[in-house]
Amino acid sequence: MAARRDWTPTDLAALSVESATVVPQSSAWSRVRASWSVRIGGLVLVILVAIALLAPWLGTVDPSLFDPASRDLLPGKQGEITTLEGETLKHTFWMGSDSFGRDIYSRVIYGTQVSLVVGVATALLALTFGIVLGLCSGYLRWLDGPLMRVMDGVMAIPAILIAIALVALWRGSLLTVVVAIAVPEIPRVTRLVRSLVLSIREEPYVEAAISLGTPTWRIMVRHILPNCVAPLVVQGTFICASGILVEAILSFLGVGLPPDIPTWGNVMAEGRAQFNEYPHNIFFPGVFLAVTVLAVNILGDGLRDTLDPKMAKRV
Amino acid sequence: MLSFLWRRLLSTIPVLLIVAVLVFGMLRLTPGDPAAMLAGDAASSEQIAQIRTGLGLDRSIPEQFGIWFGRMLTGDLGESFYYKTRVTTLIGQRIEPTLSLAAVTITIAVVVAVPLGVLAAWRFGGWLDRSLMAFSVLGFSVPVFVLAYLLIWLVSLKLGWLPVQGYQRIGDGVGLWLKHLILPSITLSVIYIALIARVTRAAVLETLGEDYIRTARAKGLPERAVLLRHALANAAVPIATVIGIGIALLIGGVVVTESVYAIPGLGRLTVDAVLARDFPTIQGVILLFSFVYVLVNLAVDLSYVVLDPRIRY
Repeated sequence: MAARRDWTPTDLAALSVESATVVPQSSAWSRVRASWSVRIGGLVLVILVAIALLAPWLGTVDPSLFDPASRDLLPGKQGEITTLEGETLKHTFWMGSDSFGRDIYSRVIYGTQVSLVVGVATALLALTFGIVLGLCSGYLRWLDGPLMRVMDGVMAIPAILIAIALVALWRGSLLTVVVAIAVPEIPRVTRLVRSLVLSIREEPYVEAAISLGTPTWRIMVRHILPNCVAPLVVQGTFICASGILVEAILSFLGVGLPPDIPTWGNVMAEGRAQFNEYPHNIFFPGVFLAVTVLAVNILGDGLRDTLDPKMAKRV
Repeated sequence: MLSFLWRRLLSTIPVLLIVAVLVFGMLRLTPGDPAAMLAGDAASSEQIAQIRTGLGLDRSIPEQFGIWFGRMLTGDLGESFYYKTRVTTLIGQRIEPTLSLAAVTITIAVVVAVPLGVLAAWRFGGWLDRSLMAFSVLGFSVPVFVLAYLLIWLVSLKLGWLPVQGYQRIGDGVGLWLKHLILPSITLSVIYIALIARVTRAAVLETLGEDYIRTARAKGLPERAVLLRHALANAAVPIATVIGIGIALLIGGVVVTESVYAIPGLGRLTVDAVLARDFPTIQGVILLFSFVYVLVNLAVDLSYVVLDPRIRY
C-alpha cells in the first residue's frame, strides 16, 4: 500500500475519473446560473408569474365586469364600471375598454394566468405521455415498430390542424384545449426519449444492471430516466412556448377557450372587428403574448446551450 | 435509383394509411353519436337516421373504415354539411389563394433566408450573425396574427401602400394579385425565414470548417466562389430538409394568416368548417394538408440526388 502523501496530481486525476459523473452535474447547474439567456428569460418569467399570482391586487377589476357607459374607451381614459352588486365605481382604463365596456387591462392581466397555466400544463402532459411511450418504444422491441409508425402518422398532420380538429370535436374548455395542444407534441417527445434510451441502454452500467437481474421497469426508472432529464427539460420549455402560442391562436380563431374566459387570444379576437379605430385592443395582449413566448424561448435556448450541448450543436 | 424511388414511394403508404386511420378515428373516438354530430345541432331525427345508414354506422368499425377509405381512394371525400356541396369541389374552389400564398411565401423566405444564413456563417460572431440569431428567436416568438395586424396597421392603414385585406384571382391581373399577396406573404414568411436562416447558418458554418474550404482559399479562389460553390453547395441537403419540414409550419400559418387577411383559401375554409362543426370538410382538409406535407418531404428526399451527387440510391 502506497502512502497517501506519495500520490502525484496525475494519480489523483486518474482516481477522480470514477467521480467524474458527479462533477459535470454541479458544473452544469453553475453554467445554467451563469447563462445570460437563462437569467433574462427567467427574470421575465418570474415577473409574469408574479403578475399572474397578484392579478387581483394590481389595480384590476373582475375581468368579466362591463359597463355600457364605458364602451370603446381609449387607453388611459377615466370611466365607470358596475360591479356584480350593482355598485358603480370610477375606474381608469389603462389599456382602454372593448365594445362591451370591459377593462382591457384587467382582462390582459388575468389572461397571464390562463396562458401560463396552459403552457406549463401542455408541457407536463406532453412530457408525461412522451416519456412513457418513448421508454416503452426504446426498451420493448416488439412495441417499437408499431408505435413509431403511429407517431410518424401523427407527425405527418400539421400540429395546429390536430389541435383545431380536437377542440372542434370536444368543444373548448381548459382541459380540452390543453390536451388538444399537447397531443401533436407527444410524438416529438417520444422520439427524443426513444433515441436517448437506445443510446443509454448500450452503456455498461445498464448492462451491469441487467446482468444483476434488475427488473426492466427498475432499469427504466432508476438508470435510464435520470439521464434523459436535461434534454427533456429543454424540450419541455419549447413545448411550453408553443403551447402558449397555439392556445392564443385557437382562441383568436374562435375555436379555443370560451369567449368569457379572459385570455390574450380572446381579447384579440374581440378586438378584430374594430381594429381600424382601436388597434390597442390587439396590441396590448399581443405584446404580452410575444414577450411571454420570447422569455420562454430565450430561457429554453439558454438551458439548451448549458444543459444539452450536443443538441445545441445540432441547431 | 428507380428501385429507390419505388421503395420511397411505397414507404409513404403506411404513413398516409395511419393518417387516414387517425383522421377517421378522431370522429369515432369522441363520445356521442357520430351521425348526430355529423348532422349538426339543427338536424331532425330522420336526418340523423338517414346519415347513419348513409355512413353505414350500423356495421362494424373496421367495415366502416373500409367503406370510408374506399370512397376516399376514388376521390370521394363526402359532402359538406354546411356548404351542401362535395368537399372535393369545395377544396377545388379554395385551392388557388392558398397555393398562391404558399408559393409567394416560400419564394420570399428562400430568397431572404439563404443569403442571410450564408452571410451570418461567413462573418460568424459578427453583428449580422448576432442580429440574425436574435431575429430568429423573435421570429419564433411573435405570433403570426400579432405580426399581421402590426403590418396592416403600419403599411396599409398608416402608409396606405397596400390593400388592407382580401384576395384577387391571378386571372384578374398579376399586378393586382401580387399587391394583395405581398403583406400576407411577408407575415407568413417571417417564421419560415427564421427557421431556414438558422439552419443555413449552422450548415454553412460546419462546411466552412472543412479542409476543402481551406484549399479553395489557398488556391486563390474569390471568396464569393468559396461561399457559393463550396460552402453553400455542400450545405444544400440540410437546407432542403428544413424547407420541407417547415411546410408544416407554413400550413399552420396559412390557417391564421388567411383568417386575418380575409383570404378565401383552404385555411379560411378549415376555420369556417370548425366553427360550423362541418366534419366532412375538416376531415377532407386535414387529409389534403397531410398528404401534401408527406409528398413535399418525399420530393425533398429525392432532391438530395441532385443537390449532392455523392448520394446515390
